[in-house]
Amino acid sequence: MAFPYFPHTDEDIRLMMERAGVKSFDELYSDVPEEFIYGKEYDLPSAMSEIQVRQYFEKLAQKNIPLTCFCGAGSYDHYAPSVVPYILSRSEFLTAYTPYQAEISQGTLRYIFEFQSIITELTGLDVANASMYDGPTAAAEAMMMALASAKKKTRILLSRTLLPQVLSVIETYAKYHGVQLGYVETRDGVTDLEALRIHLKAGDVAALMVPQVNRYGIVEDLSGFAEELHQQKALLVTYCDPSTLAVIRTPGEWGADIACGDCQSLGMPMSFGGPYAGFLACRQEYLRKLPGRIVGATVDKDGKRAFVLTLQAREQHIRREKATSNICSNQSLMALYATVYVAVMGPEGLRKVNDISYASAHHLHDALLATGLFKEVFDKPFLKEFVLSTTLDYKTLQQALVSNGFFAALRTEEGYLDFCCTEKRTPEQIDALVSVITSLVNN
Amino acid sequence: MKYYDKLIFELSSEGRQGFSLPQPSYGGTTSDLPENLRRASSVSLPQVSEPDVVRHYTNLSNMNFGVDTGFYPLGSCTMKYNPKINEEVAAMPAFKDIHPLQPSRTIQGVLTIYKELSSSLSAITGMSAFTLNPFAGAHGELTGLMVMRSYHRSRGDFARVKVIVPDSAHGTNPASAAVCGLEVVQVKSTPQGTVDVEDLKPLLDDSVAGMMMTNPNTLGLFEPEIKEIAALVHSCGGLMYYDGANLNPLVGVVRPGDMGFDIMHINLHKTFSTPHGGGGPGSGPVGVTKALEAFLPNPKVVVTPESYLKVYGRSGRPAEDDDMAAGQVSGFMGNFGVILRAYTYILMLGRENVRKVGPLSTLSANYIKESLKDCYHLPIPSVCKHEFVFDGLEDKSTGVTTLDIAKRLLDYGFHAPTIYFPLLFHQSIMIEPTETESKETLDAFIDVMRRIAVEAAENPQTVLDAPHSTPVRRLDETTAARHPILSYKNLIEE
Amino acid sequence: MAKVIEGLLYSESHEWVKVEGEYAFIGISDFAQHSMGALSYVDMPDVDDELEQGEEFGAVESVKAASDLYSPVSGTVVEVNEALEDAPELLNEDAYSNWIIKVKMSDPSQTEGLMDAASYEQMCEE
Repeated sequence: MAFPYFPHTDEDIRLMMERAGVKSFDELYSDVPEEFIYGKEYDLPSAMSEIQVRQYFEKLAQKNIPLTCFCGAGSYDHYAPSVVPYILSRSEFLTAYTPYQAEISQGTLRYIFEFQSIITELTGLDVANASMYDGPTAAAEAMMMALASAKKKTRILLSRTLLPQVLSVIETYAKYHGVQLGYVETRDGVTDLEALRIHLKAGDVAALMVPQVNRYGIVEDLSGFAEELHQQKALLVTYCDPSTLAVIRTPGEWGADIACGDCQSLGMPMSFGGPYAGFLACRQEYLRKLPGRIVGATVDKDGKRAFVLTLQAREQHIRREKATSNICSNQSLMALYATVYVAVMGPEGLRKVNDISYASAHHLHDALLATGLFKEVFDKPFLKEFVLSTTLDYKTLQQALVSNGFFAALRTEEGYLDFCCTEKRTPEQIDALVSVITSLVNN
Repeated sequence: MKYYDKLIFELSSEGRQGFSLPQPSYGGTTSDLPENLRRASSVSLPQVSEPDVVRHYTNLSNMNFGVDTGFYPLGSCTMKYNPKINEEVAAMPAFKDIHPLQPSRTIQGVLTIYKELSSSLSAITGMSAFTLNPFAGAHGELTGLMVMRSYHRSRGDFARVKVIVPDSAHGTNPASAAVCGLEVVQVKSTPQGTVDVEDLKPLLDDSVAGMMMTNPNTLGLFEPEIKEIAALVHSCGGLMYYDGANLNPLVGVVRPGDMGFDIMHINLHKTFSTPHGGGGPGSGPVGVTKALEAFLPNPKVVVTPESYLKVYGRSGRPAEDDDMAAGQVSGFMGNFGVILRAYTYILMLGRENVRKVGPLSTLSANYIKESLKDCYHLPIPSVCKHEFVFDGLEDKSTGVTTLDIAKRLLDYGFHAPTIYFPLLFHQSIMIEPTETESKETLDAFIDVMRRIAVEAAENPQTVLDAPHSTPVRRLDETTAARHPILSYKNLIEE
Repeated sequence: MAKVIEGLLYSESHEWVKVEGEYAFIGISDFAQHSMGALSYVDMPDVDDELEQGEEFGAVESVKAASDLYSPVSGTVVEVNEALEDAPELLNEDAYSNWIIKVKMSDPSQTEGLMDAASYEQMCEE
């Protein structure tokens, strides 16, 4: 029976076999030992038509409970302008491979160049690569990059205020790569500069990684960090939410040497954790240690402006075990997502997204405190996300929230409750959330 | 394809706007943040209207070549057709609008997909269990090697620090081993292009963690001594790793799990039809044997006795006591959007059509190979699997190199094959046609390849100067590397 | 045909050494630059780095290849040729008048194990 993705007719197959000099498909596998040929039926469902496939996924979709999202913790429900998925659906972008043949890949190469330009502008650093898998893996690569840049220093310090998944992924890479880690403790919800000073006395610190907006939603004040680190020839690496960099002090302005983070906040669907796109940027002097693909401007033989993958001699396909990283595929299409999103938003749109999210989050924060059921944990400046403590029973609270269609009050490992508002949250939704919570005690 | 020379920054005009956002409902803005926490520098990003954006990126897309544009015989990349229903399923709001930390009971549909895709991959490969968390092939390799090391460590064996890699391997194999803290030992190929078992034997001792192989290898050759190789590696206490980059010809015919492999990764963006997206997002699930299941990374989907699906081992949650997992390799649970597309493809294929994937891709490759071997040099003339390698033109006197042939193909509307890889030959041309190309397409490609061989002999300058009809011609890569211009800011400063 | 110069010493990994008292100037041979093609980058060590004989001290890169550099002698890096940072093409133009690093040797007798021009030329021909 024919199948829509296989164009071969029986006659085609006969002619092709004739040319290939075989009489059967079996003969094409005559070099495979008989015992390895799988003779049994595959334990898979029977082929479905498109109609059946749609129905199947619709049925699965109904097993999910749709929730209005009031959580952050590394994935944010920002608005995606219609134009972004529209552009991404163009098959010339979607179905292309890595732009090795530059002459017929100028589309991909140009948007990557634009992406690099946007990341350098947002971070205030000199250079950026063509994207990483996600924020946490970008952070792990930043760790290895910092270690390779700071000769003879062996220890990487991590702030305890980094997101849990960022810490977990870095710890995993460090364990296998053989990197010694240290932790800078938290004071009042932010990274403790005094604790950093004590660590630095050992003289073995290659870098500190610290979030700019931390796991509690607090915007960290990094005054003095770069100075302390640079005095010891150690690097400052910041983990950032790129959406916020249009309004908060940039890695460049804090004196950071490397910045990394997740572009998900640039309007990407939460999509249960992926695809997102990590980013990695640095000062010019660390360019050679920057992993992954990088696009540069040049000219073609007729002198026309053109773009090309460059500095490839750092990469795995040339350097093999000596490469700066093993990364090969990145998240190119999601880099296009981030690029089109930023193009549509512009500086003013990005500021507005932050302003609306800020205002809504602060309103929700105050409304929750006003119920008397929550307590402030840290009195520190925050943007769109914050944590509170409560004496309410967590299970009861979660049950009530979910049955009313909310995903909110995610419990952190410290036992705090995380809330987040983006520009998508309406006053009606915010009021409804608060009233679900107050009804818990009133009933 | 038409040359278009703008960057989005060059369309910008102060005060233009492409966004549409609601008015704030509450007072307060980010200007209320303490001054030293606020950005001081101006934000030099494009200010453009929505029509500007659409036209700009449409023009950019017109300078790109994709699988939907034409034949893409890129060796080891499996550029098969990307079905359109995959895209529709991935865009369903019920999957797209899910926060990765939502409670398990609100995402039973999502977790069912993880479970069912994992079992389907097990059925196709013969591995016992899969993690879908790795983001790409190289990321899968790294994850698989972490599993390998965890297994040895769990037995109290810390001395296994070497991994054996054939000299024909993809560059990611040694690079992944290095990131995983393993030392790479190279094993030679025989003149027939497969692993030299005699060269392998002396390398095997109790410092070997395992061996990485692609089978068929990068020459498209099935490793005839795979059984002996696996037995040798196992008898020295090592594990066998299968690099799934070349899985396509085995789909429906041979299962890596039956050949003695303990760990493998799959590139969903190659074998399971998800689009390459100009270099990602991909997905690199890792499968293991029963004995290694506990070492798969967190978070994972577990089935409770009441057949309820639960996410286990999310970061920031208390660690469970019996956790032997290799660690956590992704922020959440991989590229779910890609996972959805691959599962859609598997449901369309079903157990009937899965049997045709490998044989049709193998037939296509052998068809091209036999049709061109009189004008291109075929160093290893045996039956190939899904791909094969020519070592340049048969006639080496023309001065036309593999690079020139690749560039000339672009003029004729084909993407170039993979070139100068594998490194075993000087003029490698690696061709992989896949099972979704018609005989007519293959014939057209064969005709053009033959025509280029004739041009090389009769009018070599045309080939040496190619491409002629693309939006840009050959690029000055040396200047690009010597004086890197990597952002718009750099560009306008020049 | 790649050029080989009399009076220099050569290593099997295609570095040349010019000895001046206790100092050694180290570069790459014409054969090496020729086989790499247009060079785009020279990765050099820092001044004061200690090198062991045979240790990797940097790399030369072209657009599609990279080759590690190995120190033919042990010692301390006292100077690196900064001109190569902006103009790696100098090595293509004249591999012998552009040294890469200057090393204060800790064991000058190590140079005895290196090849003279005639032996190196013979090695390249093979």
